Amino acid sequence: MNTVTLTLKKVPELYLECEQVTPDTFAGKTLDQIAGITGYHGKEMPTMGEYFTITGESGATAAETKIVVNGDCTKIKYLGAKMTAGEMVINSACDMYTGAWMKGGKLTVNGDVHSFCGLAMAGGEFIINGNAGNYLGAAYRGDWRGMSGGVLRVKGNAGSDVATFMTGGEMIIGGDVDIHLGTHMEGGKIILKGDANRRIGGQLVKGEIYVFGTINVMLPGYKPVGEVELEVDGTKAKFVDYIGDLGERHPKRKGETVYGHLYMKK
Amino acid sequence: MPKEVTDVICPFCGTLCDDIVITVSDDNKTILGVKNACAIGAEKFNHQREPGRVTRPRMRQADGTFKEVSYDEAIDWTAKMLVKSRKTLMYGWASTSCQAMSIGHEIAEKTGAIVDNCATVCHGSSLIAIEDVGVPSCTLGEVKNRADRVIFWGCNPAHAHPRHMSRYSIFPRGFFTVKGHKGRKIYCVDCRYTDTAKCADEFIQVQQGFDYELLNAFRTAARGEALPDTVGGVPREKIYEIVEDLKQARFGVIFFGMGLTHSMGRNHNIDIAINLTRDMNDYTKFAIMAMRGHWNVTGSGQVLGWQYGFPYAVDLSRRDQARHQTGETTSVDLLNRSEVEACFYIATDPGAHFPVDAMISSSRKPTVTIDPHINCTTEISDLHIPVALVGVEVGGCAYRMDNVPIETRKVVEPPEGVLTDEELLTKISKRVDELIAGGGT
Repeated sequence: MNTVTLTLKKVPELYLECEQVTPDTFAGKTLDQIAGITGYHGKEMPTMGEYFTITGESGATAAETKIVVNGDCTKIKYLGAKMTAGEMVINSACDMYTGAWMKGGKLTVNGDVHSFCGLAMAGGEFIINGNAGNYLGAAYRGDWRGMSGGVLRVKGNAGSDVATFMTGGEMIIGGDVDIHLGTHMEGGKIILKGDANRRIGGQLVKGEIYVFGTINVMLPGYKPVGEVELEVDGTKAKFVDYIGDLGERHPKRKGETVYGHLYMKK
Repeated sequence: MPKEVTDVICPFCGTLCDDIVITVSDDNKTILGVKNACAIGAEKFNHQREPGRVTRPRMRQADGTFKEVSYDEAIDWTAKMLVKSRKTLMYGWASTSCQAMSIGHEIAEKTGAIVDNCATVCHGSSLIAIEDVGVPSCTLGEVKNRADRVIFWGCNPAHAHPRHMSRYSIFPRGFFTVKGHKGRKIYCVDCRYTDTAKCADEFIQVQQGFDYELLNAFRTAARGEALPDTVGGVPREKIYEIVEDLKQARFGVIFFGMGLTHSMGRNHNIDIAINLTRDMNDYTKFAIMAMRGHWNVTGSGQVLGWQYGFPYAVDLSRRDQARHQTGETTSVDLLNRSEVEACFYIATDPGAHFPVDAMISSSRKPTVTIDPHINCTTEISDLHIPVALVGVEVGGCAYRMDNVPIETRKVVEPPEGVLTDEELLTKISKRVDELIAGGGT
């Protein structure tokens, strides 16, 4: 695997939109060609060469290309968005839409990310070694399909509206979350190691949420149905199984109603 | 001799009352009296004649004072600011006509700006919910003629939409509602005992921030499932009782306001209220409606929706595509994050409504405000351009809160030499064209 290293030369005055910084776009290009790729800075279209020092070499395909981004990326949006293969490592905190619509490959952020990251993610592995903002792995506005595949792992806390309209995949949050986790969820699995604020699994149709910590207020639409012993992300423990959201529609399978499950660690 | 102009549309709130009678002086310049309007609506007409109105643009000087300039100078300054700025916030639009908005959006497209309207700090969260789950709604005429269960949730029309209750929702006798108030059951759900609650048959006091939980409980009860003893301070028995009563309705409607859109969860509160409405349609006819504030904020959503597909916070900086993301392209976020370089405010007063931090950020950027009056925003602007009062001194299309278009009427002449929004924006658009043709970006 060949590596291209981008080092930020100057922090953008507004916010720089870099959805072209992915292994898919970089694959098979020379450093000069990569430097000529454009982004958006307001209505201006600067080249990557204006903002980054670019070294290394790209692979022939996306799967053979690794991108390392260094420097302060807090004002850069869309890093790793729509990537389908290869690897990206960002050694900084970054702004919105990082890893959004990601389909494959591995994206690691060694810092915090802002809102809308991993939006409608469909595959691959997205690791955030920091905290995440709101709408992590959620659906784009007006869409009814949020994260549908892949693995999204956050080391720290996440904000509100995490995993809204999630339909598949797995999300693991090491810390706490704010309100509205897994709202409108229709599949997939969320593992929350820390505490949740309120409104967990509101309007949830299908899917599983595992909570290791506490929930401030349980929604009235959840009902405990028993206890189960489970192994979740390498931890064996006893969980109380709640079904819900009983206020929401639920599909039927072989004559049985399929409910969502909220497992609370005892 | 003074004359009366009838069937005037009131340009104050989203109710757009269409039965106002205005007495006008025989020279067509002064409003002498207003009939039928509420106190706020009457004031909107009456202050047309108040002394001290600004009739020429004012430019900020180095010493902080304003100096009167010509419209041409003001138009040139505005056009140059728009062309130079890499990202401009064009916010407001809620108190102007749809025709003026359309011209404004053309300017935004040419200069790569972001168009946002007052929904951003008002019913924007309702619009997000509607984007997510749709909305089963109706017109206010249907409410008047059919509704026998009316729920006011987190709204207080007695103060914000003073004639809403008498024209549509509580008191009027309609085709199928011949008993008026007596034939309707009115619920008010709020965390405070408001003046609207005084008009209701039943007041349900919900603990602040527990609207989502209570709506969730209503939906759960509607499906016959078990509930905890109390939800948000409301006893379980009460919830079952109300839900059963709502199922018995011939036509029910939920009106909601800032109590839902700006308490914890925001769009999710509306989302679940819409879903409750949908659930109720399994038993009877039910509708839900946002109590829109500014008289033509609905119109701004309509025009933006028709032109770009999004009702507010439309980012046109890429010119070939319109983008919309609440939290990113919304005014307060743009200002707090200093994501824009210049501000263009029209027909609203963000200075009075935005968070202080956002306005501090705004005050550091080149700012133009187009407004008939001196307000909080004009005082932190570099340029204030006065215009004619839409709905009083010039007509134009507006949309009522139920998305019904109503053509507003011109009642009196504007002060001499004062341009209308349409005239001013057309001139700015023309100047922008000239600058771009001359090598601007």
